[in-house]
Amino acid sequence: MSDAGKIAAGLVLFGAVVTGPIWYGLGRGKGAPPDLEKPAGEKQCIEPTSFMRARHMELLDRWRDAVVRRDEHVYVASDGKRHEMSLTGTCLRCHSDTDKFCIRCHQYAGVEAFCWDCHQQKGRTASATAAADAQPGAPAAGIAASQGGARP
Amino acid sequence: MKRRSFLKIAGLGVAGACGLPAARALVDAPRTEPAPGAARGKRWALVVDERKCLTRPGCQACTLACHKAHNVPKLADPRHEVKWIWKETFENVFPDQVTPYTPTAQRERPTMVLCNHCDNPPCVRVCPTQATFKRADGIVMMDEHRCIGCRYCVTACPYGSRSFNFEDPRPALGAQLADYPTRTKGVVEKCTFCSERLAKGQRPLCVEACEGIGCGALVFGDAGDPSSAVSILLRENGVLRRKPELGTSPHVFYIV
Repeated sequence: MSDAGKIAAGLVLFGAVVTGPIWYGLGRGKGAPPDLEKPAGEKQCIEPTSFMRARHMELLDRWRDAVVRRDEHVYVASDGKRHEMSLTGTCLRCHSDTDKFCIRCHQYAGVEAFCWDCHQQKGRTASATAAADAQPGAPAAGIAASQGGARP
Repeated sequence: MKRRSFLKIAGLGVAGACGLPAARALVDAPRTEPAPGAARGKRWALVVDERKCLTRPGCQACTLACHKAHNVPKLADPRHEVKWIWKETFENVFPDQVTPYTPTAQRERPTMVLCNHCDNPPCVRVCPTQATFKRADGIVMMDEHRCIGCRYCVTACPYGSRSFNFEDPRPALGAQLADYPTRTKGVVEKCTFCSERLAKGQRPLCVEACEGIGCGALVFGDAGDPSSAVSILLRENGVLRRKPELGTSPHVFYIV
């Protein structure tokens, strides 16, 4: 086994390259989570904050399927309250500035949400929506770090 | 440990590992309900009364109301055209109803066309993602979230009722958008019988616009309810359907 040294060095190099992004992300630090603008008048979202933070995407998926595919429009929250299942009508009524809530956090997390390609806020102009869409995403290292942290 | 007891314990463990999350998901499943004020029908249908429609040449009331409310763009390139409800010449709408002796005036007279919301929709049969599907009340729905833009449905539809977004519709829509989602480049769209308005107990916008100008050529209702205005019109008049020989059973009817 005269090549043992070369093989070991190759393995170390391979490991370094493959895990490089992880070390890069750790070295760079997680970065402060973005300061999200919370609605002034409301204290509580339709479900507890911890649930919304971790699983809002699942909730929105279910809302979409219920409304578009099953013609069901009312969501019964865990506290028994009923809400209209509407992204622009219910969510954005409180979170009125998507730039300072949805988009700000999604940029930090490096997760692209394409809701705004089609859905738009009442009274918002097409050009303003297009400008919000055009903002660049976060670096790839941020995706792994923040998605791992966000899942329950 | 005996082989038998090992298998028992392992089996229970597997059942628990698979069953518990499934049971939790069932308990956790969010509850959704239909909208309380929604209009319910057994079989929605539309009657186009050409006798009334033809009294107003050049009228665009239904098209303008529909396209404005649903953010349907007016695109410069005719090959990229997007339409939900519009006019075609009689001979193109009913090629089987014209003979070599049909007068030109009748051949060329404008006829309203839209999605026929067929009983047996070929677009639904060919859609690989079930982005388009038939609801229990007969509406052929479009779920643009699932549309992958393959355009099988555009090819399958014998009525040309479907439009593909070859370009982003937003620039053509201008600054002020209606309170309805736009579409995006690469998806197919069409009339949905105003499913969003039916959910609020309202009738389709084209029908309201037509009534609003005092015409009433478009009548919408439940063909499954014998006492509805649509059912009465269908019983008491000779009606046409587009290309009935194809077996799609359209639910847009024409009184000519």
